[in-house]
Amino acid sequence: MRVKLMYFAWVREKTGKAEEEVDLPAGVATVAELIEWLKARGPEYAEAFRRAEVIRAAIDRTHVRPGAGIAGASEIAFFPPVTGG
Amino acid sequence: MRVQTADFEVGAEIAGLAAGRTDIGAVVSFTGRMRADNEGKAIAGMTLEHYPGMTESELARVEAEAQARWPLQASLIVHRVGALKPGDNIVLVITASRHRQAAFSAAEFLMDYLKTSAPFWKKEIDADGRAAWVEARASDGEAADRWQLPSAAEG
Repeated sequence: MRVKLMYFAWVREKTGKAEEEVDLPAGVATVAELIEWLKARGPEYAEAFRRAEVIRAAIDRTHVRPGAGIAGASEIAFFPPVTGG
Repeated sequence: MRVQTADFEVGAEIAGLAAGRTDIGAVVSFTGRMRADNEGKAIAGMTLEHYPGMTESELARVEAEAQARWPLQASLIVHRVGALKPGDNIVLVITASRHRQAAFSAAEFLMDYLKTSAPFWKKEIDADGRAAWVEARASDGEAADRWQLPSAAEG
């Protein structure tokens, strides 16, 4: 499955990229599994997702929980808790 | 709703929202401004980053939720992004209704909800030029939680 990943705020700074296209293996089915897969891609990802419990995710621009399925997603974003307003 | 780098003028926004309307009996506005200090530290400036596309859809969603909960005649959210300095405006919420209670409550709801769901991130620069991402506050989550409907408590 090919999907666009986006990173914001300190997740973007730590991965060193704002977005990328990746091909996911079949075994990666949820947001939490995607984070585990990303952490194994390199030290910058391991560092960016080290505190995985504080990172929020959105699938196709809607907030989701770590257990959410990613089948059919075209854009998955990772970011820290929001601090606007 | 608008997301913009430019400043806004509160009076002009209220006038624009209420122009030609004779059904609006109450207008409430909230303006969030940048302070020169945060948690005891002097702050020289700040950069606001957001998620274009999702920001607009989240702001539209919270506005629709407010419209569904209170009898509002009109509402507006304006949020700035980019580089800001102390004293600058950050966010504007305007609500208009026939009677004051709906406008007061909806304005507070919109601020509480946008602070916990709209994808904005603040990076502060202190007096020595050091930059640090602002951490989310638990009290903001609690402020938003108090609006939760019993049926949505597990959502």
